[in-house]
Amino acid sequence: MGSISVRSLGKAYRQYPTRWSRLAEWLSPLKKPRHHLKWVLQDLNFEISPGESVGIMGVNGAGKSTLLKIITGTTHATTGNVGIQGRVAALLELGMGFHPDFTGRQNAVMGGQLLGYSVSEINALMPHIEEFAEIGAYMDEPVRKYSSGMQVRLAFAVATASRPDVLIVDEALSVGDARFQAKCYQRVASFTREGTTLLLVSHSADDVVKHCERAILIKGGRIEMDGSSRDVTNRYLDELFGKQRSNPTALESSVAEVASEAITMDLDNIDVFAERPGYRMEEYRWGHGGAEILDYRIAAAGELYPSRIDSGCVTDFHVKVLFHEAYESVVAGFLIKSLEGLFLYGINSFLAGAGGQRMSAQAGEVKVFKFSMPLRLNAGDYLVSFGVSSGDPRQELVPLDRRYDSVLLKVGCEKPFWGIADLDSSFEVVRP
Amino acid sequence: MKGTLGALWHYRSFILGSVKREFQAKYLNSLLGATWSVIQPLAMILVYTVIFSQIMRAKLPGVESVFGYSIYLCAGIITWGYFADMVGRGQNIFIENANLLKKLSFPRFCLPLTLILSSVLNFAIIFGLFTAFLLLTDSFPGWAFLGIFPVLAIQALFALGLGMVLGVLNVFFRDVGQLFGVVLQFWFWMTPIIYPLDILPAAAQHLMKYNPMAILIGAYQRVLVHGLWPDWSSLWPVLLLSILLCLLALRLFRKRYAELMDEL
Repeated sequence: MGSISVRSLGKAYRQYPTRWSRLAEWLSPLKKPRHHLKWVLQDLNFEISPGESVGIMGVNGAGKSTLLKIITGTTHATTGNVGIQGRVAALLELGMGFHPDFTGRQNAVMGGQLLGYSVSEINALMPHIEEFAEIGAYMDEPVRKYSSGMQVRLAFAVATASRPDVLIVDEALSVGDARFQAKCYQRVASFTREGTTLLLVSHSADDVVKHCERAILIKGGRIEMDGSSRDVTNRYLDELFGKQRSNPTALESSVAEVASEAITMDLDNIDVFAERPGYRMEEYRWGHGGAEILDYRIAAAGELYPSRIDSGCVTDFHVKVLFHEAYESVVAGFLIKSLEGLFLYGINSFLAGAGGQRMSAQAGEVKVFKFSMPLRLNAGDYLVSFGVSSGDPRQELVPLDRRYDSVLLKVGCEKPFWGIADLDSSFEVVRP
Repeated sequence: MKGTLGALWHYRSFILGSVKREFQAKYLNSLLGATWSVIQPLAMILVYTVIFSQIMRAKLPGVESVFGYSIYLCAGIITWGYFADMVGRGQNIFIENANLLKKLSFPRFCLPLTLILSSVLNFAIIFGLFTAFLLLTDSFPGWAFLGIFPVLAIQALFALGLGMVLGVLNVFFRDVGQLFGVVLQFWFWMTPIIYPLDILPAAAQHLMKYNPMAILIGAYQRVLVHGLWPDWSSLWPVLLLSILLCLLALRLFRKRYAELMDEL
């Protein structure tokens, strides 16, 4: 129970040039097709064994949802077939169509009936559903009064009231708050331990790594990669942030370059900052001029511009600056923020450099600075800012070029803890 | 076939629940609730009976009773309403349930079954009230009354077949729903419901043999107004047509199902 086998699966939608073409096609005695097929899935083959948890990844429009709909049985495949053993519970989008005028309880009963339960079975499960959904007295209020989070909670509670053989989770969970999400994943995890097969579609690479041992990357309607969730999510992130994998030799040489510690960025003066992986077009750039930040380079664990940096891994940030004017004293700055804009850590060359020595710069000179630090952060996305200023670091600095929030950084973290900073606590019982 | 029946049996709770909810949904936020489901048809029956028998004193040729025309009118209008309701629901069945169909996999035959039961429930209320009226005014036709039920069953089959064919077509060509609304208007007035068949010219009377609704409604009028058993021989072709329509609906649905799901 719980195995899924997908064989040479393909899905095409019919597209008609005009509204009348379909009618013409239906009525024409020659059965001449007037549509063309738009393939959204092609030649998919994979087997999922019972109890496996598999993430389905892909950029928007890759065909993930169509694949899930075919597996759930709501959409028919054009070619090939899907074989499923056992009961399937699917949380597609917002779960099931709740009726806004009925109470949560009535909708829960209806949802259960749709899943094929009898009223007595649902009534037996109802206390568990109520307990899990945590919507309290709202259970007997019409669903139109619910927040979207409450609806998802109820939908999830109903769909998972009893353990299915196959559980399909779409983006549905992204609506609930973090605590409820954690609770849902806990339930999912307990199901998979008992043998439920999990199919998880998520845009969050971290969720896929955390909950799935295997992942399938879909690109342009075909399987691009099928492997361990860690490898597949890395590839997915690369696709997402536009890192070029098309030239593997160039990549290998750049990795070798990092490994050899020969990090000397070319001393030419072209601004290639915006072409680097992870660059954010939404950056906020300001300053008096007089210097320009031209390039940056991020390296961790022997990899250049890693798609994800493991928490705690020592990471090198190189910044290349061109000075247009001569300065007696220049200071380079580095800042990391959370996506919400919270300042997590900031440092400058004066404070971080040994002995707090001053640097001067000549007009036309290109300098490369390096900040290096272990990123002891929780899993998530972070914004990196670079800056260069002139003046006495102990007094007021004159900003020359600042590129705020110009780089997006992804940190992965296997170690569970709450919050943002990993303060690396230990624990012991001192007195029993 | 056995698999389908088994699946439907497994989902009986959903089917009955849907019928119940559909009924409740109409009166959910009203103070009087389900009482409205009685008040509305009651008002309709009162209008036709009181106004036509007492105020307009309309008489049906060849019928002595004061209520003759009122009963004739109700026999046609109530059953026509049952037909129109069922076909109307049928043609929107896939569009209205698009959300469920797209998100969940359940036996699709639950939908037409729910439709039949809902329609029958609504019809039963109004027809029950009408029967009470017949008993109260001493116009009950006697044993021939039982003859109505097979005719109602044939009509249900006819409406279901037609409704499902339109329902599938409506997903692909929304014009079907609009067009049928117009057709239904003409069909109503081309069926002897408000007027008796014999006021029509002979040629038109002859044409009525090809209007299945005229045959069905004629049977109700025969039973309720005249207290005679239906003319079974005239009903066989309608039954055959209804079965053919249902088979056509089934074939159309099977053939176009994958495409239908993509269109929703």
